[in-house]
Amino acid sequence: MAYVVERKPLSLSERLYIPQVLAGMKTTLKHFFAPNVTMEYPEQRPAIPPGYRGVPTLVKDPHGREKCVSCQLCEFVCPPKAIRITPGEIPADAANAHVEKGPKAFDIDMLRCIYCGLCQEVCPEEAIWLQNQYSMSGYTREEMVNNKERLYELGGTLPDQHFKWDKKKAAEQRGNAHH
Amino acid sequence: MSSVPAKPADLVTVNIDGKDIAVPKGTNVIEAAKLLGIEIPHYCYHPKLSVVGNCRMCLIEMGLPAVDPATKAPIMDPASGKQKVNWMPRAQIGCATNAMPGLHIRTNSPMVKECREGVTEFLLINHPLDCPICDQAGECKLQEHSTAYGRGYSRFVENKNVKPKRTQLGPRVTLDDERCILCSRCIRFSKEVAKDDVLGFIDRGSYSTLTCYPGKKLENNYSLNTVDICPVGALTSTDFRFKMRVWFLKETPSIDTESSVGANTVVWSREGVIYRITPRQNDAVNDTWMTDSGRLLYKQVRSEDRLLVAAINGGTSAYDMAMKAASDLLRASLSAGASGEVRIVGSGRSSVEEQFLTKKLAAALKAPVALVSRVGKGDGILLSADRNPNVRGALVTGLISALPSQQLTSLAADIDAGKVKTVVAINEDLAAADLTAAQLAKVSVIYLGTHKNATSAAAKVVLPTLTVFEKSGTFVNQQFRLQKFTKAVPGPEGLADDLVTLANLAASAGAGALPSDLTGLWSTLAAEAPVLAGLSYAKLPATGAVLDSAAWAGLPFVEGETLHFKPAAVPAAANA
Ligand code: SF4
Ligand code: SF4
Ligand code: SF4
Ligand code: FES
Repeated sequence: MAYVVERKPLSLSERLYIPQVLAGMKTTLKHFFAPNVTMEYPEQRPAIPPGYRGVPTLVKDPHGREKCVSCQLCEFVCPPKAIRITPGEIPADAANAHVEKGPKAFDIDMLRCIYCGLCQEVCPEEAIWLQNQYSMSGYTREEMVNNKERLYELGGTLPDQHFKWDKKKAAEQRGNAHH
Repeated sequence: MSSVPAKPADLVTVNIDGKDIAVPKGTNVIEAAKLLGIEIPHYCYHPKLSVVGNCRMCLIEMGLPAVDPATKAPIMDPASGKQKVNWMPRAQIGCATNAMPGLHIRTNSPMVKECREGVTEFLLINHPLDCPICDQAGECKLQEHSTAYGRGYSRFVENKNVKPKRTQLGPRVTLDDERCILCSRCIRFSKEVAKDDVLGFIDRGSYSTLTCYPGKKLENNYSLNTVDICPVGALTSTDFRFKMRVWFLKETPSIDTESSVGANTVVWSREGVIYRITPRQNDAVNDTWMTDSGRLLYKQVRSEDRLLVAAINGGTSAYDMAMKAASDLLRASLSAGASGEVRIVGSGRSSVEEQFLTKKLAAALKAPVALVSRVGKGDGILLSADRNPNVRGALVTGLISALPSQQLTSLAADIDAGKVKTVVAINEDLAAADLTAAQLAKVSVIYLGTHKNATSAAAKVVLPTLTVFEKSGTFVNQQFRLQKFTKAVPGPEGLADDLVTLANLAASAGAGALPSDLTGLWSTLAAEAPVLAGLSYAKLPATGAVLDSAAWAGLPFVEGETLHFKPAAVPAAANA
């Protein structure tokens, strides 16, 4: 059966729309009266505010494990279809066999990406992050496609505290298992 | 259920969530609710399997009209003026409740809601939420029901059970024990439908595990149906495992071409690549099942030996050039005068429309037509003895009037006698039908086919054709049921549709301009083949239409009994 997702009705202040316009004007005016700054790019680079949405990258967990399980949700949600994943099974004799699945190939076409951040939003493993890198350039179309290796190079390691897969392995080893 | 026009006497009125509905007596309450658009969530219930009631997800409240025990007079409720309903104090399972007169059901009461939350919480105690990895994501009942009817959080603090994650139950099925919710659908399917009782539960409580009986394996030709019906991701197809998420896949209705059963299928593809084939429900043909072997047929689309380019005298050529070479060959044979110079070997694997065009080609060339029959062993379920999907189509279109035999004996004799100059072989390997290399060398062969074989190697002209997944058309199955299949993926670059190739060939043989599209063809077909009158490809229902088979009732068809098919009289040779 289909499920219906209800849209929240607008609040009173949203419906009146004047308060919203005023809030926008306030931001505009703030910049209006702020001093002008010209930056000598690329020698000088702006400070990147936290939460900035730069180039999407893949990250590893603090133990160096690949976090992505190739669920393809980011591929599904990406509005301009910039992401292309080939899922694959992790062999049963690998050290991280309990994770079962990982990407065989992972490409993000930066000529398509619109930096919307939906991929980061949807990722159940917190494996894909839009980070500070914002200037991508290249001479060919191929150069503008980040493959898996490049995505990990750009992404590095993020300090997450979940260690979900470690917990899973520990549970398995603890032997709370069937006999 | 609703399609069977029940006599009014058989209808009983039940009341579900305050709405009255008349259904045939004995209708399952889950099905009755579905008719009203009310979902009673369930895991173990499956309309094509026996009811066991072991998941408890379908709990409902149930009541019957109150009558005075002594006088049997209805007890009225003074407040509403209606007959009182005696509600049972405890919830009942919907799947084991059948419609009876006056039955009252509540599917939305607080008690029912609480029951569902409880059952869901219970199921999730040991079930991991593996949705990002699990192949069932997107078509998982546990995922859907947990969202719709679950509590949303777990109060469970103990460690989860960790059961084996990759058990091979058989060559094609992988079991993730951790995800099994012990609904026993797979067990009942094996026993009741596949008639191969191999699965069972061992151990107790939360250690309970699905397993094969000692020394047995889930390896019958229907094993992958258990994957389809497993409501959670416990059973997965080893072939499809981790290949693609289902929400990317496009579903195209198609027909299984393995045998004359004509099981209805869905072909799942993404961007021109087929990933899997699953059954499509047709209660008159295959219920909700199909064979494992039929699911593998998509592999032929990208197989190594696929014919991808046209060829003349063994050298590759453009399609147009090969088409011209074939026309020239046909015209040369025609101008030589004597009839019987050209022979056509048609195919029971071609669609009705292709067989019709083949007939036109044969008529223009005055060429005799032979078909090759392919007989295997029927399994009594969904694989029939006749391994051609469309022999009856050739009868219906008038391409042949008698059943084909397995060897092309008369063609071979005529070649030896020097009576044949050109043979048009349509998707049929002449060498496999007992023609020798020497015989093939004596004639010019025009070969239309999808894959390389001895005939394509020996042919003067090769015109590659499309597989069933790359074109649209119809087949007539063993029940004389006309069923349609639809193009799922585009064919290889540079190839024309089979109908275009055949129409071109027929035109060059002097048959005049023939339509090469389904709409055009069907108006001609409906006019020329009496049993097809009034039908059209566009209007053919998804479940097909049964044709009048009286004209062919006397033919000794080879099929034995299968799931929804009883032959008129079982021929002695079949299913021996
Ligand atoms: S940021 Fe948006 S556009 Fe770019 S890859 Fe992610 S989802 Fe796609
Ligand atoms: S959503 Fe996350 S886990 Fe899923 S494929 Fe994308 S990066 Fe990998
Ligand atoms: S494997 Fe699936 S179908 Fe079989 S009992 Fe478990 S949950 Fe049910
Ligand atoms: S569906 Fe009724 S108990 Fe499982």
